Amino acid sequence: MKKKFSPLLYLGVFYLTSCISQENPPLIETPDQSKFSTLTIVDGIDVPWGMDFISENELLVTEKKGTLYLVKNGNKTEVSGLPEIYQRGQGGLLDVALHPDFKNNKIIYFTAGSIVGEEEGGNTALYCAELNGNSLSNLKLLYKASPNTKKGQHWGSRIVFDNQGHLYFGIGDRGNRDVNPQDLKRDGGKIYRLNLDGSIPEDNPFVNEQGAKEATYSYGHRNPQGMTVHPKTGEIWENEHGPKGGDEINIIKKGNNYGWPLITYGINYSGTPITDKRSMPGMEQPFYYWVPSIAPSGMAFSTSGVYKKWKGDLFVGSLKFKYLERLVLKKGKVVKREKILNEIGRVRNVKEGPDGYLYLGVEGKGILKVIKN
Amino acid sequence: MKSFLGLMALLIFFEGTWLYQNKPLAQSISDGKEIYEDFCLQCHLENGQGVSGVFPPLAKSDYLLNDIDLSIKGIKYGLSGPIVVNGEPYDGVMQNQGLDEGEIADVMNYILNNWGNSYKEMITLERVAGITE
Repeated sequence: MKKKFSPLLYLGVFYLTSCISQENPPLIETPDQSKFSTLTIVDGIDVPWGMDFISENELLVTEKKGTLYLVKNGNKTEVSGLPEIYQRGQGGLLDVALHPDFKNNKIIYFTAGSIVGEEEGGNTALYCAELNGNSLSNLKLLYKASPNTKKGQHWGSRIVFDNQGHLYFGIGDRGNRDVNPQDLKRDGGKIYRLNLDGSIPEDNPFVNEQGAKEATYSYGHRNPQGMTVHPKTGEIWENEHGPKGGDEINIIKKGNNYGWPLITYGINYSGTPITDKRSMPGMEQPFYYWVPSIAPSGMAFSTSGVYKKWKGDLFVGSLKFKYLERLVLKKGKVVKREKILNEIGRVRNVKEGPDGYLYLGVEGKGILKVIKN
Repeated sequence: MKSFLGLMALLIFFEGTWLYQNKPLAQSISDGKEIYEDFCLQCHLENGQGVSGVFPPLAKSDYLLNDIDLSIKGIKYGLSGPIVVNGEPYDGVMQNQGLDEGEIADVMNYILNNWGNSYKEMITLERVAGITE
């Protein structure tokens, strides 16, 4: 009896565990955490949403509730001259990025919630300004998504540059998934491409489409909160919050439709389905998707070689599980995933500094430098 | 009789202004549900259960029910640092979500009347307005 029963029991246990752990491979590994530590660069910032480095010892950091800090040798000073920042739900002061020629022109870009417009509420805006000392001047509104809405969700947004004089930034679906992401005539659920002066590149994919938002570079996105440029190929890599079990990494290409909400690997947070379709003709598959969702924010490649064995690897912050994720890539696939600095806190942002080290924006803490012992 | 009528008129007047500023509880709860789904659900989850050790529960939460004004203050101005909820420690950051006072009253009424929570009083706009940082 006992012998007959045990194979069945094993089968039962196997069946049960395979149901519970529907993690999308490769499964996350947790290496010996004593190998990693951090150095606090600046503290006392609740939500350090964006950052960019002026030099090794000098950086700009945004605090979501609407403060821009200039951090010099660990001391933070508030930068004056910001426009009115609309803070609502996930919106507020978001990313900041230096102009590629910042050394000569002192121009910075930032994205933020803005009430500019007719309707109640707000939407994501892209600004530029000149930074002189601790103050901004010559403030310009380069892009403002419309219409405004009182919804709290999915504002995006990261700012990156390619080597051809373009700026890219993303805006999420603004809590209106069935209306915005698939409609080229509407803002939201898009990655946008502009020239550095804010004008629209003549070769943007939808400039000849009547009524289309001409700044659109790709569409069908849910909420992009990580973006970086691949150090070798120059491609724009992006990560976005999906629904439950549908967080994605995408490689952004001109005119592509990434499918939200018509295709997704995720389901509603309430547990109900969104669609049973994971692919459709004319829509891109993600480079990778996370099940379970890690709530990815921030994205950076390690290029410098200051960390042994991490060169070329991709790093993404996890808000949900409070760690930095290391993804090892080989032949266009994710082959290994690791938890770095487990339980460090909600990792909002990750960037490679001019010294080649990785820097994290961690909620409730500030900016931390990643050390490998 | 005259003074009784006067008193009635006065009562109706006050009731009227109260109703004007504060909608009926059922309406407030239903508006609060919308606010909850938009601003709170992604962390505190659909049944207010939260995530153990990460996002504190709202369902049958002692932290919430023992001092409701403290929770209103948390929603209004943000809450960060260590707290203990139902015996479990939490040390996170909840930012002020940019909700107006009416929206805070609505979402509190929704939270206080769901998932096994019940509270005899309706949270009013005045009560939210009276809470300072």
